[in-house]
Amino acid sequence: MANILVYALHYDGAINKNSLGAVSEGAKLAAELGGEAHAILLGENVSQDLAASLGNYGAKKVLVAEGPEGLAQPLVDAMAKAITDGGYSYALFGGGLLGFEIGAGLAARLGAGVAMEITAVRAEGGELIAERPILGDSAISEIKYRSDVGIIIGRLNAFEIKQSGGGDAPVEQLSFELSAHASQATMLTRGEQRGADVDIEGANILIAGGRGLGKAEGFELAEDLAKAFGGNSAVAATRAVVDAGWYPYAAQIGQTGKTVAPKLYLAAGISGAIQHKVGMQASENIVAINKDANAPIFEFSDLGIVGDLNKILPKLTEAVKAKKGS
Amino acid sequence: MKICVLVKEVPDAAVEKRIDPSTGRMDRSGEKNLNPYDTHAIEAAMQIKEGGAVPVEEIVAVTMGPESAVRALHKAVSLGADRSVHLSDAVVAGSDVAATGYALAKTLQRESPDLVLLGQQSDDGECYTIGAVVAEHLGMPSLTQVIKMDVESDALRCERQAEYGYDTVQIKLPAVISVGDAINEPRYPSLKAIMGAKKKPLDSITAADAEIDASKVGGENSAAQWVAAKAPPAKAAGEIIEDEDTGETVEKIIAWLDERKLI
Repeated sequence: MANILVYALHYDGAINKNSLGAVSEGAKLAAELGGEAHAILLGENVSQDLAASLGNYGAKKVLVAEGPEGLAQPLVDAMAKAITDGGYSYALFGGGLLGFEIGAGLAARLGAGVAMEITAVRAEGGELIAERPILGDSAISEIKYRSDVGIIIGRLNAFEIKQSGGGDAPVEQLSFELSAHASQATMLTRGEQRGADVDIEGANILIAGGRGLGKAEGFELAEDLAKAFGGNSAVAATRAVVDAGWYPYAAQIGQTGKTVAPKLYLAAGISGAIQHKVGMQASENIVAINKDANAPIFEFSDLGIVGDLNKILPKLTEAVKAKKGS
Repeated sequence: MKICVLVKEVPDAAVEKRIDPSTGRMDRSGEKNLNPYDTHAIEAAMQIKEGGAVPVEEIVAVTMGPESAVRALHKAVSLGADRSVHLSDAVVAGSDVAATGYALAKTLQRESPDLVLLGQQSDDGECYTIGAVVAEHLGMPSLTQVIKMDVESDALRCERQAEYGYDTVQIKLPAVISVGDAINEPRYPSLKAIMGAKKKPLDSITAADAEIDASKVGGENSAAQWVAAKAPPAKAAGEIIEDEDTGETVEKIIAWLDERKLI
Protein backbone atom coordinates (compact mmCIF):
# COMPACT_ATOMS: atom_id res chain seq x y z
CA MET A 1 0.00 0.00 0.00
CA ALA A 2 1.31 3.39 -0.91
CA ASN A 3 -0.50 6.55 0.10
CA ILE A 4 -0.01 9.90 -1.60
CA LEU A 5 -0.17 13.26 0.14
CA VAL A 6 -1.28 16.10 -2.15
CA TYR A 7 -0.75 19.77 -1.40
CA ALA A 8 -3.81 21.95 -1.99
CA LEU A 9 -3.18 25.65 -2.43
CA HIS A 10 -6.16 27.82 -1.55
CA TYR A 11 -6.87 31.53 -1.51
CA ASP A 12 -9.91 33.60 -0.76
CA GLY A 13 -12.13 30.58 -0.11
CA ALA A 14 -11.28 28.64 -3.27
CA ILE A 15 -8.88 25.82 -4.11
CA ASN A 16 -6.34 26.54 -6.84
CA LYS A 17 -7.12 24.86 -10.19
CA ASN A 18 -3.70 23.24 -10.38
CA SER A 19 -4.22 21.77 -6.93
CA LEU A 20 -7.58 20.32 -7.98
CA GLY A 21 -5.73 18.71 -10.89
CA ALA A 22 -3.08 17.35 -8.52
CA VAL A 23 -5.70 15.88 -6.16
CA SER A 24 -7.46 14.21 -9.13
CA GLU A 25 -4.14 12.84 -10.41
CA GLY A 26 -3.12 11.70 -6.91
CA ALA A 27 -6.40 9.82 -6.47
CA LYS A 28 -5.92 8.03 -9.80
CA LEU A 29 -2.32 7.06 -9.04
CA ALA A 30 -3.08 5.99 -5.45
CA ALA A 31 -5.80 3.67 -6.73
CA GLU A 32 -3.28 2.09 -9.12
CA LEU A 33 -0.87 1.60 -6.22
CA GLY A 34 -3.58 0.18 -3.99
CA GLY A 35 -3.49 3.11 -1.58
CA GLU A 36 -5.26 6.39 -0.91
CA ALA A 37 -4.70 10.03 -1.80
CA HIS A 38 -5.02 12.52 1.03
CA ALA A 39 -4.88 16.28 0.68
CA ILE A 40 -3.41 18.91 2.99
CA LEU A 41 -4.38 22.55 3.40
CA LEU A 42 -2.70 25.10 5.61
CA GLY A 43 -4.02 28.47 6.62
CA GLU A 44 -5.72 30.64 9.17
CA ASN A 45 -9.18 29.26 10.02
CA VAL A 46 -9.48 27.15 6.87
CA SER A 47 -13.12 26.37 6.15
CA GLN A 48 -14.03 22.76 6.95
CA ASP A 49 -16.41 22.71 3.98
CA LEU A 50 -13.68 23.84 1.61
CA ALA A 51 -11.37 21.11 2.91
CA ALA A 52 -14.07 18.44 2.77
CA SER A 53 -14.93 19.40 -0.83
CA LEU A 54 -11.65 17.84 -2.01
CA GLY A 55 -13.38 14.49 -1.54
CA ASN A 56 -15.18 15.29 -4.80
CA TYR A 57 -11.83 15.09 -6.58
CA GLY A 58 -10.87 11.78 -5.02
CA ALA A 59 -9.19 12.68 -1.71
CA LYS A 60 -10.11 10.06 0.90
CA LYS A 61 -9.07 12.29 3.78
CA VAL A 62 -8.12 15.96 4.12
CA LEU A 63 -5.65 17.27 6.69
CA VAL A 64 -5.99 20.85 7.82
CA ALA A 65 -3.12 22.66 9.52
CA GLU A 66 -3.26 26.06 11.20
CA GLY A 67 -0.47 28.41 10.11
CA PRO A 68 0.56 31.47 8.11
CA GLU A 69 -0.70 31.39 4.50
CA GLY A 70 1.18 32.05 1.29
CA LEU A 71 4.65 30.99 2.48
CA ALA A 72 6.41 27.74 1.70
CA GLN A 73 8.33 26.85 4.84
CA PRO A 74 5.32 26.43 7.21
CA LEU A 75 4.03 23.85 4.72
CA VAL A 76 7.38 22.05 4.74
CA ASP A 77 6.96 21.72 8.52
CA ALA A 78 3.34 20.57 8.29
CA MET A 79 3.87 18.12 5.41
CA ALA A 80 7.03 16.67 6.98
CA LYS A 81 5.03 16.01 10.16
CA ALA A 82 2.15 14.43 8.22
CA ILE A 83 4.51 12.24 6.18
CA THR A 84 6.54 11.12 9.20
CA ASP A 85 3.38 10.27 11.18
CA GLY A 86 1.26 8.95 8.33
CA GLY A 87 3.76 6.94 6.30
CA TYR A 88 3.12 8.48 2.88
CA SER A 89 5.19 7.18 -0.02
CA TYR A 90 4.76 10.22 -2.27
CA ALA A 91 4.04 13.92 -2.01
CA LEU A 92 2.40 15.48 -5.06
CA PHE A 93 2.16 19.13 -6.11
CA GLY A 94 0.31 20.79 -8.98
CA GLY A 95 2.17 23.42 -11.00
CA GLY A 96 2.86 26.72 -9.27
CA LEU A 97 5.52 28.72 -7.50
CA LEU A 98 4.64 27.69 -3.93
CA GLY A 99 4.54 24.02 -4.89
CA PHE A 100 8.09 24.27 -6.22
CA GLU A 101 9.33 25.91 -3.03
CA ILE A 102 7.51 23.52 -0.68
CA GLY A 103 8.45 20.40 -2.63
CA ALA A 104 12.13 21.36 -2.74
CA GLY A 105 12.23 22.23 0.97
CA LEU A 106 10.47 18.98 1.82
CA ALA A 107 13.01 17.00 -0.23
CA ALA A 108 15.82 18.55 1.82
CA ARG A 109 14.01 17.97 5.11
CA LEU A 110 13.18 14.31 4.44
CA GLY A 111 16.20 13.35 2.35
CA ALA A 112 13.71 12.57 -0.37
CA GLY A 113 14.14 12.57 -4.13
CA VAL A 114 12.41 15.38 -5.99
CA ALA A 115 11.51 15.84 -9.64
CA MET A 116 9.91 18.98 -11.02
CA GLU A 117 8.16 20.19 -14.20
CA ILE A 118 6.50 16.77 -14.38
CA THR A 119 3.96 16.36 -17.19
CA ALA A 120 2.91 12.74 -16.62
CA VAL A 121 3.15 10.11 -13.88
CA ARG A 122 2.48 6.38 -14.12
CA ALA A 123 2.41 3.49 -11.68
CA GLU A 124 4.64 0.55 -12.57
CA GLY A 125 5.63 -2.37 -10.36
CA GLY A 126 4.15 -0.72 -7.28
CA GLU A 127 6.06 2.54 -7.70
CA LEU A 128 5.61 5.80 -9.53
CA ILE A 129 7.64 6.95 -12.51
CA ALA A 130 7.56 10.64 -13.36
CA GLU A 131 8.08 12.11 -16.82
CA ARG A 132 9.87 15.41 -17.22
CA PRO A 133 10.36 17.19 -20.54
CA ILE A 134 13.86 18.62 -20.83
CA LEU A 135 16.00 20.62 -23.25
CA GLY A 136 13.20 22.92 -24.34
CA ASP A 137 10.81 19.95 -24.42
CA SER A 138 12.85 18.20 -27.12
CA ALA A 139 13.26 15.10 -24.93
CA ILE A 140 11.42 13.50 -22.02
CA SER A 141 13.34 12.01 -19.13
CA GLU A 142 11.86 9.39 -16.83
CA ILE A 143 12.58 9.59 -13.14
CA LYS A 144 12.03 7.20 -10.27
CA TYR A 145 12.90 7.37 -6.62
CA ARG A 146 15.42 5.52 -4.49
CA SER A 147 14.23 7.25 -1.31
CA ASP A 148 11.39 6.18 1.02
CA VAL A 149 9.43 9.24 -0.07
CA GLY A 150 9.26 10.56 -3.64
CA ILE A 151 8.33 14.16 -4.33
CA ILE A 152 6.60 15.00 -7.59
CA ILE A 153 6.09 18.61 -8.64
CA GLY A 154 3.84 18.97 -11.67
CA ARG A 155 4.14 21.44 -14.50
CA LEU A 156 1.40 24.05 -14.71
CA ASN A 157 -1.85 22.55 -16.09
CA ALA A 158 -0.25 19.10 -16.42
CA PHE A 159 -2.86 17.28 -14.36
CA GLU A 160 -6.47 17.13 -15.46
CA ILE A 161 -9.22 18.04 -12.98
CA LYS A 162 -11.64 15.13 -12.54
CA GLN A 163 -14.65 14.95 -10.27
CA SER A 164 -14.75 11.48 -8.73
CA GLY A 165 -18.27 11.69 -7.37
CA GLY A 166 -16.80 10.78 -4.02
CA GLY A 167 -18.67 13.40 -2.00
CA ASP A 168 -17.21 15.17 1.01
CA ALA A 169 -14.07 13.71 2.57
CA PRO A 170 -13.45 13.43 6.31
CA VAL A 171 -11.36 16.34 7.63
CA GLU A 172 -8.69 15.93 10.29
CA GLN A 173 -6.83 18.66 12.14
CA LEU A 174 -3.05 18.29 11.88
CA SER A 175 -1.01 19.81 14.68
CA PHE A 176 2.62 20.57 13.95
CA GLU A 177 5.37 22.81 15.19
CA LEU A 178 6.61 25.75 13.16
CA SER A 179 10.40 25.45 12.77
CA ALA A 180 12.61 28.32 13.90
CA HIS A 181 13.50 29.40 10.35
CA ALA A 182 9.92 29.19 9.09
CA SER A 183 8.94 31.78 11.70
CA GLN A 184 11.52 34.24 10.31
CA ALA A 185 9.34 35.14 7.32
CA THR A 186 6.19 37.25 7.67
CA MET A 187 3.66 37.98 4.95
CA LEU A 188 3.00 41.73 4.99
CA THR A 189 0.59 41.98 2.04
CA ARG A 190 -0.61 39.21 -0.25
CA GLY A 191 -2.16 39.10 -3.70
CA GLU A 192 -1.76 42.75 -4.61
CA GLN A 193 -3.10 43.41 -8.14
CA ARG A 194 -0.87 45.76 -10.09
CA GLY A 195 -2.14 47.72 -13.06
CA ALA A 196 -5.58 47.79 -14.64
CA ASP A 197 -8.00 44.89 -14.37
CA VAL A 198 -8.21 43.49 -17.89
CA ASP A 199 -9.92 40.34 -19.12
CA ILE A 200 -7.85 38.17 -21.44
CA GLU A 201 -9.31 34.75 -20.68
CA GLY A 202 -12.39 35.20 -22.85
CA ALA A 203 -10.57 36.63 -25.91
CA ASN A 204 -10.55 34.77 -29.25
CA ILE A 205 -7.52 36.67 -30.45
CA LEU A 206 -4.62 37.55 -28.18
CA ILE A 207 -1.71 39.76 -29.15
CA ALA A 208 0.95 39.00 -26.55
CA GLY A 209 3.99 41.15 -25.92
CA GLY A 210 7.33 40.34 -24.31
CA ARG A 211 10.63 41.98 -23.60
CA GLY A 212 11.28 42.31 -27.32
CA LEU A 213 8.83 45.24 -27.39
CA GLY A 214 11.71 47.16 -25.83
CA LYS A 215 9.82 49.43 -23.46
CA ALA A 216 6.39 50.02 -21.92
CA GLU A 217 5.43 52.24 -24.88
CA GLY A 218 6.18 49.32 -27.19
CA PHE A 219 2.86 47.83 -26.09
CA GLU A 220 1.09 50.47 -28.18
CA LEU A 221 2.08 48.42 -31.24
CA ALA A 222 0.39 45.36 -29.74
CA GLU A 223 -2.69 47.35 -28.72
CA ASP A 224 -3.01 48.86 -32.21
CA LEU A 225 -2.91 45.40 -33.76
CA ALA A 226 -5.50 44.04 -31.29
CA LYS A 227 -7.74 47.01 -32.13
CA ALA A 228 -7.34 46.34 -35.85
CA PHE A 229 -8.55 42.74 -35.34
CA GLY A 230 -11.42 44.22 -33.34
CA GLY A 231 -14.20 42.10 -31.87
CA ASN A 232 -13.10 39.76 -29.15
CA SER A 233 -9.39 40.54 -29.11
CA ALA A 234 -7.09 41.62 -26.28
CA VAL A 235 -3.45 42.22 -25.37
CA ALA A 236 -1.52 39.85 -23.09
CA ALA A 237 2.00 39.96 -21.61
CA THR A 238 4.85 37.85 -20.22
CA ARG A 239 5.92 37.79 -16.58
CA ALA A 240 9.16 39.63 -17.33
CA VAL A 241 7.39 42.70 -18.68
CA VAL A 242 4.69 42.63 -15.98
CA ASP A 243 7.39 42.47 -13.29
CA ALA A 244 9.08 45.38 -15.04
CA GLY A 245 5.84 47.37 -14.77
CA TRP A 246 5.23 47.66 -18.54
CA TYR A 247 1.81 46.01 -18.49
CA PRO A 248 -0.88 45.01 -15.92
CA TYR A 249 -0.56 41.81 -13.94
CA ALA A 250 -4.11 40.80 -14.95
CA ALA A 251 -2.87 40.40 -18.55
CA GLN A 252 -0.06 38.01 -17.68
CA ILE A 253 0.19 34.57 -19.27
CA GLY A 254 2.06 31.63 -17.76
CA GLN A 255 3.42 30.15 -14.54
CA THR A 256 2.03 32.67 -12.04
CA GLY A 257 -0.43 34.24 -14.48
CA LYS A 258 -3.34 33.10 -16.64
CA THR A 259 -3.74 30.07 -18.84
CA VAL A 260 -5.36 30.77 -22.19
CA ALA A 261 -6.36 28.91 -25.35
CA PRO A 262 -7.55 31.50 -27.93
CA LYS A 263 -8.13 30.85 -31.63
CA LEU A 264 -5.10 32.98 -32.44
CA TYR A 265 -2.16 33.74 -30.20
CA LEU A 266 0.25 36.21 -31.77
CA ALA A 267 3.46 36.50 -29.74
CA ALA A 268 5.52 39.62 -30.38
CA GLY A 269 9.03 39.76 -28.93
CA ILE A 270 8.49 36.71 -26.71
CA SER A 271 11.34 34.19 -26.49
CA GLY A 272 9.05 31.36 -25.36
CA ALA A 273 10.49 30.29 -22.00
CA ILE A 274 8.80 27.26 -20.51
CA GLN A 275 7.10 29.37 -17.82
CA HIS A 276 5.31 31.22 -20.61
CA LYS A 277 4.67 28.23 -22.83
CA VAL A 278 2.72 26.37 -20.14
CA GLY A 279 0.14 29.15 -20.12
CA MET A 280 -0.57 29.34 -23.87
CA GLN A 281 0.45 26.11 -25.61
CA ALA A 282 -3.18 25.01 -25.98
CA SER A 283 -3.89 27.97 -28.31
CA GLU A 284 -5.34 26.85 -31.66
CA ASN A 285 -2.98 28.89 -33.84
CA ILE A 286 0.32 30.31 -32.64
CA VAL A 287 2.12 33.01 -34.62
CA ALA A 288 5.46 34.32 -33.35
CA ILE A 289 7.48 37.35 -34.36
CA ASN A 290 11.00 37.49 -32.96
CA LYS A 291 14.31 38.84 -34.21
CA ASP A 292 16.24 35.87 -32.76
CA ALA A 293 15.96 32.88 -35.10
CA ASN A 294 17.02 30.61 -32.22
CA ALA A 295 14.17 31.73 -29.91
CA PRO A 296 12.48 28.64 -28.41
CA ILE A 297 9.05 30.01 -29.38
CA PHE A 298 9.68 29.06 -33.02
CA GLU A 299 9.78 25.42 -31.92
CA PHE A 300 6.10 25.47 -30.97
CA SER A 301 4.63 28.14 -33.22
CA ASP A 302 2.60 27.32 -36.32
CA LEU A 303 3.90 30.37 -38.16
CA GLY A 304 7.16 32.04 -37.19
CA ILE A 305 8.48 35.32 -38.51
CA VAL A 306 12.13 36.12 -37.96
CA GLY A 307 12.39 39.87 -38.10
CA ASP A 308 12.08 43.26 -36.43
CA LEU A 309 8.67 43.67 -34.84
CA ASN A 310 8.98 47.46 -34.96
CA LYS A 311 8.90 47.17 -38.75
CA ILE A 312 6.44 44.30 -39.03
CA LEU A 313 3.73 45.16 -36.47
CA PRO A 314 2.73 48.60 -37.85
CA LYS A 315 2.49 47.23 -41.40
CA LEU A 316 0.58 44.19 -40.20
CA THR A 317 -1.86 46.44 -38.34
CA GLU A 318 -2.48 48.45 -41.53
CA ALA A 319 -2.92 45.27 -43.55
CA VAL A 320 -5.38 43.77 -41.06
CA LYS A 321 -7.38 47.03 -41.12
CA ALA A 322 -7.40 47.03 -44.92
CA LYS A 323 -8.49 43.37 -45.01
CA LYS A 324 -11.25 44.04 -42.47
CA GLY A 325 -12.44 47.00 -44.50
CA SER A 326 -12.59 45.06 -47.74
CA MET B 1 27.16 41.94 6.22
CA LYS B 2 28.64 39.10 4.24
CA ILE B 3 26.85 38.10 1.05
CA CYS B 4 27.43 34.82 -0.78
CA VAL B 5 26.16 34.55 -4.34
CA LEU B 6 25.60 31.08 -5.78
CA VAL B 7 26.60 30.93 -9.42
CA LYS B 8 26.68 28.22 -12.01
CA GLU B 9 28.20 27.64 -15.37
CA VAL B 10 25.74 26.57 -18.04
CA PRO B 11 26.09 25.67 -21.71
CA ASP B 12 26.14 28.77 -23.87
CA ALA B 13 22.67 29.39 -25.31
CA ALA B 14 24.19 29.20 -28.79
CA VAL B 15 25.44 25.65 -28.22
CA GLU B 16 23.03 22.84 -28.96
CA LYS B 17 22.16 20.98 -25.78
CA ARG B 18 21.89 17.23 -25.66
CA ILE B 19 21.45 14.33 -23.27
CA ASP B 20 24.27 11.84 -22.94
CA PRO B 21 22.47 8.57 -23.82
CA SER B 22 24.82 6.50 -21.65
CA THR B 23 24.01 8.36 -18.43
CA GLY B 24 20.65 10.00 -19.15
CA ARG B 25 22.16 13.25 -17.87
CA MET B 26 22.77 16.51 -19.62
CA ASP B 27 25.95 16.59 -21.63
CA ARG B 28 27.69 19.55 -20.04
CA SER B 29 30.62 19.71 -22.44
CA GLY B 30 30.80 22.40 -25.10
CA GLU B 31 31.04 26.17 -24.63
CA LYS B 32 30.18 27.32 -21.11
CA ASN B 33 29.13 30.60 -19.65
CA LEU B 34 27.91 32.09 -16.40
CA ASN B 35 24.19 31.42 -16.00
CA PRO B 36 22.67 34.69 -17.24
CA TYR B 37 20.14 34.66 -14.37
CA ASP B 38 23.01 34.68 -11.86
CA THR B 39 24.23 38.07 -13.08
CA HIS B 40 21.06 39.56 -11.55
CA ALA B 41 21.99 38.04 -8.17
CA ILE B 42 25.50 39.50 -8.31
CA GLU B 43 24.07 42.88 -9.31
CA ALA B 44 21.61 42.71 -6.38
CA ALA B 45 24.54 42.08 -4.02
CA MET B 46 26.45 45.02 -5.53
CA GLN B 47 23.46 47.32 -5.12
CA ILE B 48 23.16 46.40 -1.42
CA LYS B 49 26.87 47.11 -1.02
CA GLU B 50 26.72 50.41 -2.88
CA GLY B 51 23.35 51.40 -1.37
CA GLY B 52 24.98 51.97 1.98
CA ALA B 53 21.94 50.98 4.14
CA VAL B 54 24.16 48.33 5.73
CA PRO B 55 27.91 47.94 5.45
CA VAL B 56 28.84 44.97 3.24
CA GLU B 57 32.24 43.55 4.13
CA GLU B 58 32.43 41.01 1.39
CA ILE B 59 30.68 39.48 -1.60
CA VAL B 60 31.75 35.89 -2.24
CA ALA B 61 30.83 33.95 -5.39
CA VAL B 62 30.34 30.23 -4.74
CA THR B 63 30.00 27.44 -7.28
CA MET B 64 30.07 23.69 -7.57
CA GLY B 65 31.23 22.06 -10.76
CA PRO B 66 34.12 20.73 -12.80
CA GLU B 67 37.41 22.52 -13.50
CA SER B 68 35.80 24.66 -16.20
CA ALA B 69 33.41 26.25 -13.67
CA VAL B 70 36.29 28.55 -12.74
CA ARG B 71 35.30 30.67 -15.75
CA ALA B 72 31.88 31.34 -14.23
CA LEU B 73 33.64 32.46 -11.04
CA HIS B 74 35.96 34.77 -13.00
CA LYS B 75 32.91 36.33 -14.63
CA ALA B 76 31.22 36.72 -11.23
CA VAL B 77 34.31 38.42 -9.83
CA SER B 78 34.54 40.70 -12.85
CA LEU B 79 30.96 41.77 -12.08
CA GLY B 80 31.87 42.74 -8.53
CA ALA B 81 32.40 39.75 -6.24
CA ASP B 82 35.47 40.16 -4.00
CA ARG B 83 36.57 36.54 -4.09
CA SER B 84 35.24 33.10 -4.94
CA VAL B 85 34.93 29.53 -3.68
CA HIS B 86 34.93 26.54 -6.00
CA LEU B 87 33.69 23.17 -4.76
CA SER B 88 35.25 20.76 -7.21
CA ASP B 89 35.22 17.06 -6.52
CA ALA B 90 34.45 13.95 -8.55
CA VAL B 91 32.20 12.64 -5.76
CA VAL B 92 29.60 15.40 -6.32
CA ALA B 93 29.39 14.93 -10.10
CA GLY B 94 25.93 13.96 -11.31
CA SER B 95 24.15 15.04 -8.11
CA ASP B 96 20.42 15.73 -8.42
CA VAL B 97 18.84 18.97 -7.17
CA ALA B 98 18.51 17.74 -3.58
CA ALA B 99 22.10 16.48 -3.39
CA THR B 100 23.47 19.59 -5.13
CA GLY B 101 21.63 21.80 -2.65
CA TYR B 102 23.05 19.81 0.25
CA ALA B 103 26.62 20.10 -1.08
CA LEU B 104 26.22 23.84 -1.69
CA ALA B 105 24.78 24.32 1.81
CA LYS B 106 27.82 22.58 3.33
CA THR B 107 30.10 24.79 1.26
CA LEU B 108 28.21 27.91 2.37
CA GLN B 109 28.42 26.87 6.03
CA ARG B 110 32.19 27.45 5.91
CA GLU B 111 31.51 31.06 4.99
CA SER B 112 28.73 31.83 7.52
CA PRO B 113 26.98 34.33 5.22
CA ASP B 114 24.31 36.77 6.41
CA LEU B 115 22.64 36.60 3.01
CA VAL B 116 22.76 34.02 0.23
CA LEU B 117 21.61 35.23 -3.19
CA LEU B 118 20.99 33.24 -6.33
CA GLY B 119 19.33 33.61 -9.73
CA GLN B 120 15.73 32.57 -10.24
CA GLN B 121 16.59 29.50 -12.23
CA SER B 122 19.48 28.12 -14.12
CA ASP B 123 19.32 28.29 -17.85
CA ASP B 124 20.10 24.65 -18.50
CA GLY B 125 18.23 22.55 -15.96
CA GLU B 126 15.52 25.07 -15.14
CA CYS B 127 15.70 24.09 -11.47
CA TYR B 128 14.39 27.07 -9.59
CA THR B 129 14.16 24.92 -6.54
CA ILE B 130 17.79 24.95 -5.45
CA GLY B 131 17.33 27.99 -3.15
CA ALA B 132 14.66 26.20 -1.11
CA VAL B 133 16.89 23.14 -0.70
CA VAL B 134 19.89 25.22 0.39
CA ALA B 135 17.76 27.23 2.85
CA GLU B 136 16.35 24.11 4.46
CA HIS B 137 19.84 22.68 5.04
CA LEU B 138 21.09 25.98 6.44
CA GLY B 139 17.97 26.44 8.58
CA MET B 140 17.32 29.85 7.02
CA PRO B 141 14.11 31.45 5.76
CA SER B 142 13.89 31.76 1.99
CA LEU B 143 11.92 33.26 -0.86
CA THR B 144 12.21 32.86 -4.63
CA GLN B 145 11.41 35.14 -7.61
CA VAL B 146 12.09 38.29 -5.58
CA ILE B 147 11.90 41.41 -7.79
CA LYS B 148 12.38 44.10 -5.14
CA MET B 149 14.47 43.86 -2.02
CA ASP B 150 15.05 46.55 0.62
CA VAL B 151 17.43 46.03 3.50
CA GLU B 152 16.03 47.06 6.90
CA SER B 153 18.78 46.51 9.54
CA ASP B 154 18.34 42.80 10.39
CA ALA B 155 15.68 42.00 7.81
CA LEU B 156 14.76 42.26 4.12
CA ARG B 157 11.51 43.57 2.75
CA CYS B 158 10.92 41.54 -0.40
CA GLU B 159 8.35 41.73 -3.17
CA ARG B 160 7.53 38.94 -5.53
CA GLN B 161 4.81 37.74 -7.82
CA ALA B 162 3.06 34.55 -6.71
CA GLU B 163 -0.14 32.71 -7.71
CA TYR B 164 -2.58 35.47 -6.76
CA GLY B 165 -0.68 38.71 -7.41
CA TYR B 166 2.21 40.50 -5.74
CA ASP B 167 3.23 39.55 -2.19
CA THR B 168 5.34 41.64 0.17
CA VAL B 169 7.23 39.49 2.68
CA GLN B 170 9.54 40.45 5.50
CA ILE B 171 12.44 38.02 5.88
CA LYS B 172 14.79 38.09 8.86
CA LEU B 173 18.49 37.63 8.16
CA PRO B 174 20.33 35.35 7.64
CA ALA B 175 18.29 34.27 4.63
CA VAL B 176 18.43 32.66 1.18
CA ILE B 177 16.88 34.76 -1.60
CA SER B 178 16.44 33.84 -5.26
CA VAL B 179 16.02 36.97 -7.34
CA GLY B 180 13.89 37.34 -10.45
CA ASP B 181 15.35 38.90 -13.57
CA ALA B 182 13.18 42.02 -13.20
CA ILE B 183 15.05 43.02 -10.02
CA ASN B 184 17.75 44.95 -11.88
CA GLU B 185 19.71 45.48 -15.09
CA PRO B 186 23.10 43.85 -14.54
CA ARG B 187 26.07 46.05 -15.37
CA TYR B 188 28.69 45.10 -17.90
CA PRO B 189 32.12 44.36 -16.45
CA SER B 190 34.83 46.89 -17.25
CA LEU B 191 37.87 45.73 -19.20
CA LYS B 192 39.95 46.38 -16.08
CA ALA B 193 37.63 44.20 -13.99
CA ILE B 194 37.82 41.40 -16.56
CA MET B 195 41.61 41.58 -16.63
CA GLY B 196 41.79 41.70 -12.82
CA ALA B 197 39.34 38.86 -12.19
CA LYS B 198 41.95 36.14 -12.32
CA LYS B 199 44.01 37.85 -9.63
CA LYS B 200 41.23 37.87 -7.02
CA PRO B 201 41.42 35.07 -4.41
CA LEU B 202 39.87 31.79 -5.52
CA ASP B 203 39.55 29.07 -2.93
CA SER B 204 39.28 25.62 -4.50
CA ILE B 205 37.93 23.05 -2.06
CA THR B 206 37.06 19.35 -2.02
CA ALA B 207 33.98 17.61 -0.63
CA ALA B 208 36.05 16.57 2.40
CA ASP B 209 37.05 20.22 3.02
CA ALA B 210 33.35 21.12 3.18
CA GLU B 211 32.63 18.09 5.39
CA ILE B 212 30.22 16.74 2.80
CA ASP B 213 28.98 13.22 3.50
CA ALA B 214 30.03 11.45 0.30
CA SER B 215 27.21 8.93 0.69
CA LYS B 216 24.67 11.72 0.11
CA VAL B 217 26.02 13.12 -3.16
CA GLY B 218 26.83 12.08 -6.72
CA GLY B 219 24.73 10.42 -9.38
CA GLU B 220 24.68 7.00 -7.69
CA ASN B 221 23.56 8.39 -4.33
CA SER B 222 20.97 10.86 -5.61
CA ALA B 223 17.43 9.96 -4.56
CA ALA B 224 15.87 11.00 -7.86
CA GLN B 225 17.13 8.61 -10.48
CA TRP B 226 16.98 9.11 -14.23
CA VAL B 227 15.87 5.80 -15.66
CA ALA B 228 15.34 6.62 -19.31
CA ALA B 229 14.98 9.37 -21.87
CA LYS B 230 12.57 9.29 -24.78
CA ALA B 231 11.42 11.51 -27.61
CA PRO B 232 8.26 13.57 -27.13
CA PRO B 233 5.29 13.03 -29.44
CA ALA B 234 6.21 14.39 -32.85
CA LYS B 235 4.75 17.80 -33.69
CA ALA B 236 4.74 19.14 -37.20
CA ALA B 237 7.24 21.95 -37.47
CA GLY B 238 5.73 25.37 -38.10
CA GLU B 239 6.33 27.45 -41.17
CA ILE B 240 9.12 30.03 -40.84
CA ILE B 241 9.39 33.32 -42.76
CA GLU B 242 12.62 35.30 -42.72
CA ASP B 243 11.62 38.93 -43.02
CA GLU B 244 13.54 40.47 -45.92
CA ASP B 245 10.86 42.55 -47.62
CA THR B 246 8.39 43.55 -44.89
CA GLY B 247 5.58 44.27 -47.34
CA GLU B 248 5.87 40.77 -48.72
CA THR B 249 6.15 39.26 -45.23
CA VAL B 250 2.96 40.97 -44.12
CA GLU B 251 1.14 39.74 -47.24
CA LYS B 252 2.16 36.19 -46.38
CA ILE B 253 0.97 36.58 -42.77
CA ILE B 254 -2.40 37.94 -43.94
CA ALA B 255 -2.80 35.07 -46.40
CA TRP B 256 -1.95 32.55 -43.66
CA LEU B 257 -4.46 34.11 -41.25
CA ASP B 258 -7.10 34.33 -43.98
CA GLU B 259 -6.71 30.65 -44.87
CA ARG B 260 -7.51 29.78 -41.26
CA LYS B 261 -10.40 32.27 -41.09
CA LEU B 262 -8.72 34.23 -38.34
CA ILE B 263 -9.36 37.60 -39.90
